[in-house]
Amino acid sequence: MDKMAKGKHNHGKEALTELGNDIVADIRKKKNPTINLPVRALSNVSFDTKKKSLVLGNKVAERSFFNVAHAKKFLQTVEVASVAKELLQQEKHASLRDVFYMAKRTIPGTKINIVDEQVESDGVIEDLELITGASREQLHMTANKMGSVVGNVTIEDAGDTIHWDKLGSGGYSVPSSVEDIKFKDVKANYILYMEKAAVWERLNEDKFWKKNNCIIISSQGQTTRGIRRLLQRFYEEYKLPIYVLCDNDPYGYWIYFVIKYGSINLAGQSERLTIPGVKYLGITCDDIEKYDLKKHFIKMKDTDHARLKQIAEYPWLKDDKHWQRQFKMMKQMDAKVEIQSLSSKGISFISESYLPNKIKNKEFLD
Amino acid sequence: MAKEMIIAQELAKQQREISVSEFFTKNRHLLGFDNPTRALLMTVKEACDNSLDACTEAKILPEIKVEIKKIAEDRFKVIVEDNGPGIVKEQIPRIFAKLLYGSKFHHLKQNRGQQGIGISASVLYSQLTTGKASVIISKIHKNKPAHYYELKIDTSKNEPHILKDEIKEWNKEHGTRIEIELEAKYQKGRQSVDEYIKGVAIVNPQAKITYITPDSEKIIYERATEELPVEAKEIMPHPYGIELGILIKMLTETSSRTLQGFLTSEFCRIGPGTAKEMCDKAGLKSEMKPRAVSHDQAEKLFRAMQEVKVIAPPTDCLSPIGSALLEKGLKKELPAEFYITVSRSPVVYRGFPFSIEIGIAFGGELDKEGPVKLMRFANRVPLLYQQGACAITEAVTETNWKPYGLQQSGSNMPVGPAVIVVHMASVWVPFTSEAKDAIAHYDEIIKEIKLALQECGRKLGLYIRKHIHAQEHQERMNLFEKYIPEVASSLAKLSGEKKSNIEQNLLMILKKETPKMNGQNGEGKA
Repeated sequence: MDKMAKGKHNHGKEALTELGNDIVADIRKKKNPTINLPVRALSNVSFDTKKKSLVLGNKVAERSFFNVAHAKKFLQTVEVASVAKELLQQEKHASLRDVFYMAKRTIPGTKINIVDEQVESDGVIEDLELITGASREQLHMTANKMGSVVGNVTIEDAGDTIHWDKLGSGGYSVPSSVEDIKFKDVKANYILYMEKAAVWERLNEDKFWKKNNCIIISSQGQTTRGIRRLLQRFYEEYKLPIYVLCDNDPYGYWIYFVIKYGSINLAGQSERLTIPGVKYLGITCDDIEKYDLKKHFIKMKDTDHARLKQIAEYPWLKDDKHWQRQFKMMKQMDAKVEIQSLSSKGISFISESYLPNKIKNKEFLD
Repeated sequence: MAKEMIIAQELAKQQREISVSEFFTKNRHLLGFDNPTRALLMTVKEACDNSLDACTEAKILPEIKVEIKKIAEDRFKVIVEDNGPGIVKEQIPRIFAKLLYGSKFHHLKQNRGQQGIGISASVLYSQLTTGKASVIISKIHKNKPAHYYELKIDTSKNEPHILKDEIKEWNKEHGTRIEIELEAKYQKGRQSVDEYIKGVAIVNPQAKITYITPDSEKIIYERATEELPVEAKEIMPHPYGIELGILIKMLTETSSRTLQGFLTSEFCRIGPGTAKEMCDKAGLKSEMKPRAVSHDQAEKLFRAMQEVKVIAPPTDCLSPIGSALLEKGLKKELPAEFYITVSRSPVVYRGFPFSIEIGIAFGGELDKEGPVKLMRFANRVPLLYQQGACAITEAVTETNWKPYGLQQSGSNMPVGPAVIVVHMASVWVPFTSEAKDAIAHYDEIIKEIKLALQECGRKLGLYIRKHIHAQEHQERMNLFEKYIPEVASSLAKLSGEKKSNIEQNLLMILKKETPKMNGQNGEGKA
């Protein structure tokens, strides 16, 4: 029975009930209860050249209760599913951490906990998204909000009107679900997304967004799903160009590619998360020459080289000449450079010179 | 010049007076009598060795009684009685009261006697520590009288000193009984008399041993087989195993008239052709008289004997315990649940044939904590001291036991509920010292022990995997029974079905799915 195809509802509650009914039907027939779920691995991900994003393939894995290797995962899956159903019934939201504690319990008569670490319940939640076709937000499970935004934009959120240009030094904090946010007025011409919160604070203090009429947005490190979805909505609803600013290291590049093409883990949700038109502004290996940043090199570790190699070998980047050139240069330099190294040229060099010039000269990578 | 001569003569006088007995008195530690605990063990060991060897030679199923009586805090009486062939009257005083009498030292034959200085050492130790004579009764036939002796050793002459020589009634067809009183200490544990006798019982399943401890506890080690061990054959020395000193001694003692005759008749595997080749190589005439061979020539001959190719000595001269009997021995003395034994074909080190036998007992009531217990044997005699210095220990610790299901850290003794028995049978066991506690580290010997250990280890590994997996399988089933209520309650919430219905059905499916789950672990069918 294909529990996955059936679950393409947006209504989490119904999808969960159906999952339960399907498993119980197996059990009534004295069959080993089994859940089918798409494989989340590179082997089951392909690049859709038309949509320019990663899509999930058709490989399906079986998760059976009476299988020594699957039993605990199966138990975790139905347990977290029942937690989700309870949340939906009570119309409450829970954080991923809350869900972990709601599922964490020692099985009577054993020393085994249903989950030991939050990564286990987080992983099962991602499985449930694929099984039910509903996002975790639709299952009322929310990630920590992270990241700030300011710019010439007015929105309505939970009945409040919020002006993003009147939020002082802190900015608007992007929630984990942005589906219900209404854009009232969008005057900005483009969006600048940056990897580092510290750089965002620099640009906000310099009122970069006011001077250049743009939106500046940041999360710390890996981009949250809320921010990716927010960026996508601006891109699709207002056709705003989006520029990304990251450290010149494999991790920075990776952050950019996830925003642009999606990730292997969330390939199933590419449609609502990826932004093929996003551009990479910097830092590039060429910037290092141009702005004389060599003296701020940080030596690459083995893990950095491994990640760089992995990225360079992704099928969707293998034939990208411009990016392959950057990968090669980075490998040869054997060095990473942080965005903040630009501060060596003056604290506001980035907002007054680097960024305006780059954008004016369309110096970016696709 | 004259003065020096006189000193030399004086010295010579003194030297002449040092007899073997006096040497023993001063160097008892070399012979295993260095402490009271060990003296007790040595006395029991020498007496038992004699009894078992005599029975084997006479083809008698041994029945041995060992009794240790506590006389005072540091004084014990050892009584060993056997049903052996007995000893003819004339021999009794010399066997028990003359050191090194009838020594088996130069004989190449697998027997226990190679391993001690002899029972007379105990008699001497007894008289040194207690001043008492040792008592011997022996009878060779039901129609012949039993001879009773009370003996000491005249230490300056190394001759028997007979205190009593009588004829006594002894209600026994044949056999020998000795009583030796000595200063000693009795203790339990790894190097105790108890442990020694238990070891003897394992590798001599044909013997019935009754042991009465100093605490008057009676332990009977029953006979596990009526099969007598095949008597080992004495062989001529092989040229590769000889030492120069012995060669020189043999040259002077031989009755052969030519060198060639000497070589062919007093060594194994040397035919006339080989003998001639050796003589040629040494630059000696094959017709020359052996007695005429000078020291230098003997050295040349010795070297030639090592260089000429000679086939390995015959190996049918050994009398191994055999895999089946060793297993019987293990089973009756070690309360385990699984036994493996291996008896390897004889091979050769330095011209001496030897054979390695190994038994492993595993599980059951054996100690689960701590390292595996290693029991070492040479020619059916337990080795209790110097475990760390023994080639057997090296072979055991250098074997990787992890694949065989035992725990092991580095090159240490493996850990687990097991006893490893290693027996080396050889016409000449190379001990590391005169105390004869540890086997010397010859590569050929260590290699052979390792091969035997690996052979046993593989079987042990198979058993442990199966056994442990069966246990794990049961644990897993129990685990599923614990998981079921959890899964049922989650599914009840998701679907609205009654929890009890789901639970009952899942328990039924568990029974059905059980055999399939065995396959998932690659164990095959349980």
